[in-house]
Amino acid sequence: MKPFLEMIGISKTFPGVKALDHVDLHLNSGEVHVLAGENGAGKSTLMKIMTGVLRADPGGEIRVEGEPVVIKNPVHARSLGISIIYQELAVVNNLTVAENVFLAREPLLPTGLIDRAKMNADTRAVLHELGVEIDPEAMVGTLSIGQRQLIEIARAISYNSKLIIMDEPTASLSHHEASTLLRMSRKLAAQGVGIVFISHKLEEIFEIADRVTVLRDGRTVDTRPVSEMTSDLLVRLMVDRELDQLFGHHISHATDEVLMSVRNLTEKRVKDEGVFVRDVDFDLRRGEVLGFFGLVGAGRTEVMEMIFGSRPHSGEISINGKPTRISSPSDAIEHGLGFVTEDRQSRGLVLGMSVRENFSLTHLSDYCSLDFVNRRKETAACADYIRALGIKTPSPEQKVLNLSGGNQQKVVLAKWAARRPQILIVDEPTRGIDIGAKAEVHTLLGKMAEEGMSIIVVSSDLPEILAISDRVIVLKEGKISGELTRENATQESVMLAATG
Amino acid sequence: MRVLHQLLQLRHMREFNVLIALILMGLLISLFTPYFLTVSNLMGVSRAFSLTAIMSIGMVMVIITGGIDLSVGSAMGLAGLITALCFDAGYSQYAAVAAGLGVGLAFGLTNGLLITAIGLPPFIATLGTLSIGRGLMYMITHGVPLTPETPESFSFLGQGYVGPVPVPVVILLVLTLIFTVIMTRTRFGRHVYATGGNENAARLSGVKVQRVKLAVYVLSSTISALAGVIAFSRYLSAEPASGFGSELEVIAAAAIGGASLAGGIGSVLGAVIGAALIGEIANGVVLLNINTYAQQAITGGVILIAVSLDVLRNRMGGRG
Repeated sequence: MKPFLEMIGISKTFPGVKALDHVDLHLNSGEVHVLAGENGAGKSTLMKIMTGVLRADPGGEIRVEGEPVVIKNPVHARSLGISIIYQELAVVNNLTVAENVFLAREPLLPTGLIDRAKMNADTRAVLHELGVEIDPEAMVGTLSIGQRQLIEIARAISYNSKLIIMDEPTASLSHHEASTLLRMSRKLAAQGVGIVFISHKLEEIFEIADRVTVLRDGRTVDTRPVSEMTSDLLVRLMVDRELDQLFGHHISHATDEVLMSVRNLTEKRVKDEGVFVRDVDFDLRRGEVLGFFGLVGAGRTEVMEMIFGSRPHSGEISINGKPTRISSPSDAIEHGLGFVTEDRQSRGLVLGMSVRENFSLTHLSDYCSLDFVNRRKETAACADYIRALGIKTPSPEQKVLNLSGGNQQKVVLAKWAARRPQILIVDEPTRGIDIGAKAEVHTLLGKMAEEGMSIIVVSSDLPEILAISDRVIVLKEGKISGELTRENATQESVMLAATG
Repeated sequence: MRVLHQLLQLRHMREFNVLIALILMGLLISLFTPYFLTVSNLMGVSRAFSLTAIMSIGMVMVIITGGIDLSVGSAMGLAGLITALCFDAGYSQYAAVAAGLGVGLAFGLTNGLLITAIGLPPFIATLGTLSIGRGLMYMITHGVPLTPETPESFSFLGQGYVGPVPVPVVILLVLTLIFTVIMTRTRFGRHVYATGGNENAARLSGVKVQRVKLAVYVLSSTISALAGVIAFSRYLSAEPASGFGSELEVIAAAAIGGASLAGGIGSVLGAVIGAALIGEIANGVVLLNINTYAQQAITGGVILIAVSLDVLRNRMGGRG
């Protein structure tokens, strides 16, 4: 079989990072090709090159149906027959299905008005081909997430795509929706369309793949037919690497005293979409660093938001043995919790405010008499933390939007550390920051645990979880699927619990 | 030298642009008429813009939280009218003033609860109460001004002087000082800025953002009601159209003074200077015998220029 798309010796360098290093990938028409690898292995960079969002370094070659090409931009990629369906849906909710499928290339009548009849008929034909029953005139916002994803696939097909890339398409789908999607992908492949399927779910990979390519640290580790692959081998190919020497030895400060116990934590759902978190039970001990791992869409962040009172829930949360009701973040904070959110720019910091003002926002009353802020006390405390955490800023008065990502993250940690919560939840504490800052953040978390704080670390970075946790809880599809002691937690065992 | 140095430091203030505009505009007007820079004229101008300026203090706090209050003119007019009604019914001046301010409180609570408890967008909530307030005024007055008997002491509020300075201007200065301190030196002020700067981050840091919002709407309406009471004391006649359309001028004052309608940015002092600039233009138009209809157009032009300059300055000066 002649490959539809060949990528030969593709490299991509970002300032300071080699994201891809001579990657080879051959994609055939009519095959489902799974691309596997950890976060940061280079999958998304590779996809962006395939779809013209990024340009590869000189030296590699891309061929489409045997012809060398330079993919200039997404529109060009589409005209070559390459479409992508992103993880975050790219549909407009307040337009109809047909309007979405034909967005920006609406068929026109001679008068210049939109030919709605043709648009609806063509959409119906494509949907029929996919074997799904969705009304072309339905508003997309009224459809389920799974159906919206199908609309994106319909759009890709209506472009006459010869290669459709799907980036973790089932991450936010229910089991039933996911199996519809898998069936449809197989059907498209049978019709001669090439499918690139990115997934972390082992079950799914073995169900759908013809061939599997594993990426690790920007390199192609292996490509083989799925018949020659086993779960163990796949996990080992994905995660096998030395732990970074930068990170020191782990010392546990966990005690036997249960500080917080969570029972039957279940989400109160407003809409029936996304992951449904339910029946979460766990205990957190004083001084413990508890890791929470799970794939995208497993419900990790949702669990933390429920504990912190920013997401409706039922179930019991006891702190220091006393049952508590937490219905807002300020309740949670009064009960001694702190939350370093996943997205520091949109939820962690007030970007237009200074380092000092962001720092003190969690504990401003410490510097107040009556309601007046003692600026001198506030600045002094902030300066102490800037020094202790090594935050690189010209002064406490600098606006945080001028700091680098790593320093912004340290400001977020500082604002919570200074509040001295009993329990600190940190969600993706090192996402998007460089390796040096990452090591410093880990050291800081260790120090806080040593001082008797209990820490919950949520991360999709498996080596990070393993390096700093005393214990690991694994979530899968909204439920706890495993709990591993530090001794039993290995990359393989945690990954198996998350995917298996 | 030291004084000069301190003056130079002033240019880092957010209010610097609008302050310079105020001074330049004053110089420009003085070029054409010597009368502008006289104590009596400046005091007259100040008294004329003092009500807009007082209302802009409340408005700018609302705008800093990322909201808007379109109902200030109705709160002002209705407060003056209720004060007049109380005099008419024979209540004491203290009861009458308290009733007027009470109207403001009720307005603010209504706006605040519609926005925080029900979740209406501030634009819609205050647009609704704007209409309701205006409708009530016409229903009560049947379109006829109300001119009750009032004691001599009451007119001091709107007509009196402290030395050469009109009382409304004194009230304006006191309020500016108080609210500048509140916004820059207290925890509440910090929470107002944080709420508008990033509501999510503020809430997750423990700021009770709904309470902060409720508070600024109550303050805005109550301050506007005070302006309404002062206006009634000045003219001793409650006009059915009192305060009509004033929200636009008040919002303009805050915007000229550097407030961002996206929230998080702005200052009380800036808004007050913005109101002064608008008042200065109005005065200049009269003094220079320019067609008074042109005044609105000129004010509009000033708003666009002032805010454009501010946007450009922020873009170039980077971020600091």
